[in-house]
Parts: sequence; C-alpha cells; structure tokens
Amino acid sequence: MISGAEIVIRCLQEEKVEYVFGYPGGSVLHIYDALFKQEQVQHILVRHEQAAVHAADAYSRSSQKVGVALVTSGPGVTNTVTGIATAYMDSVPMVVLTGQVPTAYIGQDAFQECDTVGITRPCVKHNFLVKDVKDLAITIKKAFHIATTGRPGPVVVDIPKDITAQHCEFEYPKTVQMRSYNPVVKGHLGQIKKGVQLLQEAKRPLVYAGGGVILSDAAEKLTELARRLGFPVTNTLMGLGAYPATDKQFVGMLGMHGTYEANMTMQHADVILAVGARFDDRVIGNPDHFGEEPRKIIHIDIDPSSISKRVKVDVPIVGNLPDVLDEMLKLVEPGFKAQPALADWWKQIGEWRGRDSLKYKQSELIMPQYVIEKLWEVTAGEAFVTSDVGQHQMFAAQYYKFDQPRRWINSGGLGTMGVGLPYAMGVLFANPGAPVACVTGEGSIQMCIQEMSTARQYNLPIKIINLNNGYLGMVRQWQEMFYNNRYSQSYVTSLPDFVKLAEAYGHVGMRIEKPEDVVPALQKAFTEHKNDLVFMDFIVDPTANVFPMVAAGKGLTEMILAEDL
Amino acid sequence: MRHIVSILLENEAGALSRVAGLFSARGYNIETLTVAPTEDPSLSRMTIVTRGSDEVLEQITKQLNKLVDVVKVVDLSESAHVERELMLIKVRATGKDREEMKRMADIFRGRIVDATESIYVIELTGSSAKLDSLFAALDGSLILETVRTGVSGIGRGDRILKV
Repeated sequence: MISGAEIVIRCLQEEKVEYVFGYPGGSVLHIYDALFKQEQVQHILVRHEQAAVHAADAYSRSSQKVGVALVTSGPGVTNTVTGIATAYMDSVPMVVLTGQVPTAYIGQDAFQECDTVGITRPCVKHNFLVKDVKDLAITIKKAFHIATTGRPGPVVVDIPKDITAQHCEFEYPKTVQMRSYNPVVKGHLGQIKKGVQLLQEAKRPLVYAGGGVILSDAAEKLTELARRLGFPVTNTLMGLGAYPATDKQFVGMLGMHGTYEANMTMQHADVILAVGARFDDRVIGNPDHFGEEPRKIIHIDIDPSSISKRVKVDVPIVGNLPDVLDEMLKLVEPGFKAQPALADWWKQIGEWRGRDSLKYKQSELIMPQYVIEKLWEVTAGEAFVTSDVGQHQMFAAQYYKFDQPRRWINSGGLGTMGVGLPYAMGVLFANPGAPVACVTGEGSIQMCIQEMSTARQYNLPIKIINLNNGYLGMVRQWQEMFYNNRYSQSYVTSLPDFVKLAEAYGHVGMRIEKPEDVVPALQKAFTEHKNDLVFMDFIVDPTANVFPMVAAGKGLTEMILAEDL
Repeated sequence: MRHIVSILLENEAGALSRVAGLFSARGYNIETLTVAPTEDPSLSRMTIVTRGSDEVLEQITKQLNKLVDVVKVVDLSESAHVERELMLIKVRATGKDREEMKRMADIFRGRIVDATESIYVIELTGSSAKLDSLFAALDGSLILETVRTGVSGIGRGDRILKV
C-alpha cells in the first residue's frame, strides 16, 4: 500500500513525465514530499502559477508530449485559469493537478478553498474531483487519455489533501475505456473520395492549413499532399510551420494581418481544402462577405463541431489528420494532373504577390519588422520563436519564415499577453540546447517578468527580443485608425530600465537604438552569449503599424495596405 | 424552431452543470430541462427543450457530444415521438368556482389530487401545448400556484436511445 501522494507521482512516472511545472502550497504538501523522495520526475519551480501552466503548455506545443502542472488549492488554482484557458483555446494537451482542501472541508469556505471544478469547467476539455484514493490512479490515467486523444486539450484533476494522505494498492491501468468518450480516428472513405474528386476538378484551389496540422504531427503529410497537388498553400497563425514558409507554393499567412495574396487567394478560390483549421473571425473576417463568392469547401478536422460552425462546408471529413491525409495520399498520386486552369490561377496569384504587401516604410529609427527579418537571418530560420500578444506577435508571424512545425509558439486563440517568457522556458525544457527567441513588447513582457528569476535558477538561455515602442502597440494602432488618434491608456510611462532589470536577475541586458546595431547585437546574443539569457531592448519606431490589415467586421479582401496610407 | 433534445449522460456529480454551462456559455436557450436516473442508475436521461435554427441545433448536438460525460444525444423532434409534461396547479375553489374547477379538470382529463374547503390541486399530464391551454381556459385570478416538470420525451416505435 502506498499513499495517495505517492500514487500521483507513480502515475506521472508511468506516463513518462519528465517535468512538472508548479508551485507548492498547503494542500499539495504531501505530493511535494513524495516528489522529493524520487528523481525521475523533475519539478520546475516557477514564480507564479500562471507561468507554470504556460510553461507546461509550451513544453507540449514544442514537442509531442503532454505538459503537466501542479499547483495548490484556492489562489494556486485561480492563478492557473488564464493558462488553462489559453491552452484550451489552442487545443494543447495538458494535465493540471490541483490541490484541494480535505474532503470534509469542501463547501465550508475553508482556508484556500475554491470550487476548482466549477471555476475551470468552461475552459477545460474535462475535469475531475477525486473523492476516493482508490479512484486516483484511474482518474489520472483518464486525464492523460482525454488530454491527448481526439481534439487535445487541458484536463484538470482536483485532489483533496486527505486523499493524498490515505493509502491503497497501486496499479496503473494500461488502457482505459470510457463509454462516453470515443473520438473518431479514421475518416469516412466515401467523403475522402468525394474530397479528392473536388480537388481534381478545381480550377482555383487553395490548401488552407491550421493549428490542427501541427498538433497532430501531420505537417510532413500535408506538405507531401500539397506538393503532389501543386496547389497554393496558406497557413493560419496557429498553422505556421505546417507548410514551409520559404516554399514557392506558400502564399503566406492569411487573415486579419495576412498577406494580400493569401487573403485574395482564399476569397477567390473555387475549392478550399481546409485542414485542421476553423474559419475563425481573425481568419475569414466577416463571414457574410466571405460567403459572397461561390466555392466548394472540403474540411478535415478531428472535431465535428468545428465543421460548418461559421462557414457551410460541402465535404466534411471528421478524423485524425494523419490518417485522413494518408488516405488522400493514396488517391492523389505523385503524377497528379491538376486542371490546366491552375496555371492561370498561379499567374493571378503572382500578380497579387507583386503588390509586395509586407514591404514597410524605412525610418531613421529601428523598424520592428527589420528586427524580425534579421532575427530570422541570424538564427538561419532554425530558432524556436515564442511571442506575446500584440504588434510584435504579428510582426514575428509575418517576417519570421517558419519552415518546420512546432517552432512558432504563441497564444493564437485566447491572445494572452504574458505567455512569451514562460513559453520560452517550456520550449527549452522540451528542447534543451535549442536556440529560443521570445519576441515580446514592453507591455507584454511585464505581465510575467518575474519568470526571469526562474530562468536564472534553471539557466535557461532565452533570447528576449523586446520590441520597445513605449506603447501598447496594437491598441495604439487601433486607436490611431479607428478612434481618431485618441490614445486612451495605451502609452506606457515609467518603464523600467530593462538592461538593469535583466542584470539584477543575473542575466545579460542590451539596449539597441540604431538600425545598424541590430545585427551585431543579435549575433552577439546568439554566439558570445549563447548560454546566457539575453534581454535585448530594441527601441523601435513607435509609429510602426501592422499591415496588411482587415479591420474587425470587414471582409477578407477589404484590406488596408501600408501603401494606402 | 422548437426542438426536444434527449441526452444520455453519466450519472455523476457535475454532469448537469456541464450541460447547463455549455448552453449558457454558447448562448443557446433552454426552455425546459428535466433529468433523472434511468433503469441503469449509472446513467441519467436528460430532456432539453430549446429553440434554434437547424444550424444552431447541429452545433448544440455536436457540442453536447463533445462533453466527456455525455454518452448519446438525439433530437427527438426530428421524427415521431411522444412528449409529456406534468403540471400541478393550485386553484381557488369556492362557491360557483368550485364546480367550474372540477368541470375544467375533467374536460382536460386532469385529476384533483388535493382538496380543502377552498382549494383544489389539479394534476395534468400532456403536451406542453395542452398544459398551456388549461391556463388559457382558467380564470387567471383563481390560479394560486403552478409547477411544471418540463418536457420528457421518447421516440415512437423502435427508435431507442440506449447505450
């Protein structure tokens, strides 16, 4: 017989968990004691529970593994909610273990009590409250099973303190069967054939790939299929790296800040093959405007509720992407003959590309776009790039050309400021020794800046690219464009001296103010300071805006381009 | 359009709030909701009456199916079904109204299940529309209290919702 706390750790060992990101507290003390007595599962002590969940999230995003976080009851749990909701919106497999007050105290407003299952219910794939130590192992098994199968997502397991103290026999189930949970794997063959038929008839086709391709490790298969087809490919913000950005078939990211050619191709395609994408508001803009053009849509997704949610789909294919793509590859052979009209379509796309929609104004000051272009060059396109949320996020997505999946780590769905630094930590635990850049701004970075201390403790050589414009840039951009330059609360005063701050945490700080200093600083950071966390504070042109832009509620092709202004 | 959604779900603490939470979070409306365990006590059967276009109903069904506690979902209103609702209605039954109340209960095939000198409690079972029409037929000033269970439904013939 072993204690509940030991069972928790044994379960994590059985699941081959390497790292648990967490923060101790009263109701998880037994679990922390059990952690102390073993070495297989390593605990990473963060400085705030939100960062624990973000780090676990990025650990998962940048590998195929499950992220695991461990926090105490009450405020420990409420601090994780932002992190859990972030992972939920982007379908990241994660297991969050939370302490709870002893079962006899539940409902009595005990110290550090909160209704964890109730608070997290709307932002988890599923959650459990363990009420009997005999259920503990099977519940944790279920949590890992649910988190990783079907459309992945975070699962919370709430464990009262007395359960971790009680003893029972331990046996970790090898498999788990749930009558109410049986996600589809194989796609319907008839539907797949219908889809391929449409692809064969397409005159103006487009492959539109989203985050699902990355999550299901289907990037290679998707790339193979797209190459056989010879069709243009666009990736969503979450799908960057699903198809190589430097490939000639790639038309760029689409959506609110997508390229001119990607949005025009999407709007005017006669057949769209949507793969692990969900036609969300940031991607297609106004759905009525999008619906004005006649077209056929083939939609492959593991989640039936993503299909025909915002846009009516003609050929729905529910299934696990790699399985469905395998079936498609059997039908689309290497010598695939597309319609002759495809040549005209490429010609049209070439004209759209000619607009060069990502060109940006030149300035005496450092342009943020330039920093990202140079970051791509200096890292030879090989870095893992995490970002926060705002203008810098869009610049990173537009100007860093991701050729591989799982290299671009950002909060696409929830749009959580503050994720960048803890994301970079999670990436480094999953990919030790890899170059990791955290592209951020002076607004976002301050939302989880305390993690500089965690990075010191674990020697995480993150390269922080702070695009410092003194503004909450994306807010300022909208205020400039839609609120007649009334910059309400978007100017950040009293910024810290980031160089000194980095040094105070035991890291290297640099302040870069001239365009000619950008490349040397980046080179120095990635070579001489390869093993250090380097905080690069780039003082950038505060007037730089993100273009192209589709204003909220506008049609996908109603783009504002830099040249229009 | 009105739909009757039948759900078979795990009879577990919190399962009801997962369903109710889904409806409120996604802005779907619930007109009535009933739930009770089935002959297999590990399963509950829930009936929800909701309104929405076919597209909305498709989403509701898909979203319900995504809930881990939900075993099966069916839109009963898609084909032949029986629906019943039970209502208890307490009315003032004095003087000439006493006879009138008895008559109305009989017309609607209701039963008087409690009586005092001045009060009747009428029990009425039927479709929601039938229950509504009793309301319409009664003098509103005589209705003291009502309680309705919400709709329960089951498919006709060999359409069976079971694990």
